[in-house]
Amino acid sequence: MNPLPTPAPMAKAQPAESPLAPGQRLPESRLRQLSPQATAEIQTLAAKYPDKLAATLPALYIAQKDFGFVSLSAMLEVAKVLGVPEGHVFGVATFYTLFQKRPVGKYHLQVCTNLSCALNGAAKLLEKIAEKVGAQPGAGPSEDGLWSVEEVECLASCGSGPCLQVNDDVYDEYVDEAKLEELLAACRRGDYRPWGE
Amino acid sequence: MRSKADPQLYTFAGFGGERFPNLMLRGAGNLDNWKRAVYEQKHEGYLALKKALKMEPVAVTNEVKASQLRGRGGAGFLTGLKWSFMPKDTDQKSHVRYLVCNGDEGEPGTFKDRAILEYNPHQLIEGMIIGAWAMQCKVGFIYLRGEFLWLLEKLEAALQEARDAGYLGQNILGTGWDFDIQTYRGAGAYICGEETALLNSLEGRRGEPRSKPPFPAQVGAFGQPTTVNNVETLAAVPVILQMGGAEYAKIGSPGNTGTRIFCISGHVKRPGLYELPLGTPLDFLLNDLAGGSSTGKAIKAVIPGGASAPMFDAKDFDCPLDFDTPKARGSMAGSGGVIVMDEDVCIVAAVLRLTRFFAHESCGQCTPCREGCNWMLQVLQRIEHGQGRMEDLDLLASLTPRIALRTLCALGDAACGPVDSSLQKFRHEFEHHIVHKTCYAQGHQLLAATAIH
Ligand SMILES: Cc1cc2nc3c(=O)[nH]c(=O)nc-3n(C[C@H](O)[C@H](O)[C@H](O)COP(=O)(O)O)c2cc1C
Ligand code: SF4
Ligand code: FES
Repeated sequence: MNPLPTPAPMAKAQPAESPLAPGQRLPESRLRQLSPQATAEIQTLAAKYPDKLAATLPALYIAQKDFGFVSLSAMLEVAKVLGVPEGHVFGVATFYTLFQKRPVGKYHLQVCTNLSCALNGAAKLLEKIAEKVGAQPGAGPSEDGLWSVEEVECLASCGSGPCLQVNDDVYDEYVDEAKLEELLAACRRGDYRPWGE
Repeated sequence: MRSKADPQLYTFAGFGGERFPNLMLRGAGNLDNWKRAVYEQKHEGYLALKKALKMEPVAVTNEVKASQLRGRGGAGFLTGLKWSFMPKDTDQKSHVRYLVCNGDEGEPGTFKDRAILEYNPHQLIEGMIIGAWAMQCKVGFIYLRGEFLWLLEKLEAALQEARDAGYLGQNILGTGWDFDIQTYRGAGAYICGEETALLNSLEGRRGEPRSKPPFPAQVGAFGQPTTVNNVETLAAVPVILQMGGAEYAKIGSPGNTGTRIFCISGHVKRPGLYELPLGTPLDFLLNDLAGGSSTGKAIKAVIPGGASAPMFDAKDFDCPLDFDTPKARGSMAGSGGVIVMDEDVCIVAAVLRLTRFFAHESCGQCTPCREGCNWMLQVLQRIEHGQGRMEDLDLLASLTPRIALRTLCALGDAACGPVDSSLQKFRHEFEHHIVHKTCYAQGHQLLAATAIH
């Protein structure tokens, strides 16, 4: 029998990427300004597309790398460098889930729990990962700042799922207990290699 | 770039023979296959392009029309017809025409475009150049979902190879015609697979679908005439030019021509990609190719075309996998993602998970979709958690007609598919949940306790 879920059945947690509640503020980053390299990169980007607005997404990726996550300052900086309205950049940054609006751990572990992966045990994998690294899905980084866990939607790897993504890298293989241990150990040692390399 | 073979299954006994031609997955799984040299030496690479460039643009479109190729992205629209919607005044300089390749691949259960992008990028590039010639485009974009970062490097390298060989860039093969392809990376939004949302995203905006008309062929990317095609659709074009449209139309069944890559996942012994002529029966794929149930339990339900497609129960497992029959039987061919569920799957939990996906991915522009999906989600949560009431089933059934066909894009309809079909076919499981406050079918944990649902 499937046990009734704990905590309280109708408890409504807020997903990490959910809109801000009234009065709630986005966390601010330590950095307030883009590095000169990032600024230059964004400026060259703007010339690449038929319209500089099109550089918004790529520019936000660059800012995310620079700042660690897309903080409000990051958005304002992107708007300033591109010369587009701040509101536009804010709207775009909050629309897309790959722009992290809150700090994430050094290793951001994302588990696809959509149907194909769920049928192959994604729920258990997610629970196991959360327990092992001491970070709850969507709840921000673990105490040591090493880990954060997120539940994500289909990663287009449904045949070999459940599918795990570490930072930008899709882990293209069925992840069982042993593989998970190996992977986490490699991260802890600091010699994690993207899958397939 | 990956140097380790991925574990996906790309082939089966008899694949590549007369009955099951291999047109889209040539060399898939082979790590060197993406290179131009391999494509040219082993897979007749760029011969179709040379042929096409000797033809009038409109003759190329006619060849694609003759093949009766239908879009592989979801809607199954005739590709040749779509191409012919682009404005014909090819001299008008104020028009920059764009060809956009939809590589967003976000439909749960679908993982075919990535195989083409990873192993046969040149086939896609060649298809795009041919399409661009037919429509006289100057610029092409390949829009990749943000999570495909790992594919980007390989794709860029393939594009550079094509440029070096003179297939892309200025004065292509001496025709005096210029065309180049840029890549664009999305940032994690399923809705950006919808073609007008994709165009907004490509312009650097929020990925919200546009209201139509105007259609992209009039006002598309950056306000210019644009055609959006799926990766698999475009990759089929070189094959069509090479063998001839009429010959291609002989594969499959009338009106549903050619081969298609089916992605099968879930409770089968051999999940993976199977390229099959359209019209191949579902149970042949399910049992003969994918090996039947992997758990020893009977298969209870199958979603035939990605998460948006209404589910089938056992009486429809003989359905031919083409575009028209699944539709006639109340589902749809969709993206070709076949998700298989065995007897132990709690349908309520499965539908709850899918509804959560749609509620999360709704862009929020239309009230019926934004509010309706969340409402359905809340009712389903209530049932799943043992707090449902019998009236909830009628409530659910009354919600879907208020969402479907009343929204800007097809996501609203898609969200109703799983709910409607499961209520019709597995109503007893919902009732069991309400009466007994627990699952009718047990054995798989689909929802994590730590998760947000
Ligand atoms: C919600 C939604 C999501 C979609 N996702 C995709 C996708 O990921 N990939 C794709 O090729 N088409 C997707 N489509 C279909 C596109 O809108 C469009 O029909 C398709 O790209 C056209 O290409 P085709 O004619 O080659 O099929 C989606 C449609 C909707 C409504
Ligand atoms: S149907 Fe949903 S996803 Fe589509 S435009 Fe409307 S709100 Fe957005
Ligand atoms: S459902 Fe998990 S990768 Fe597609």
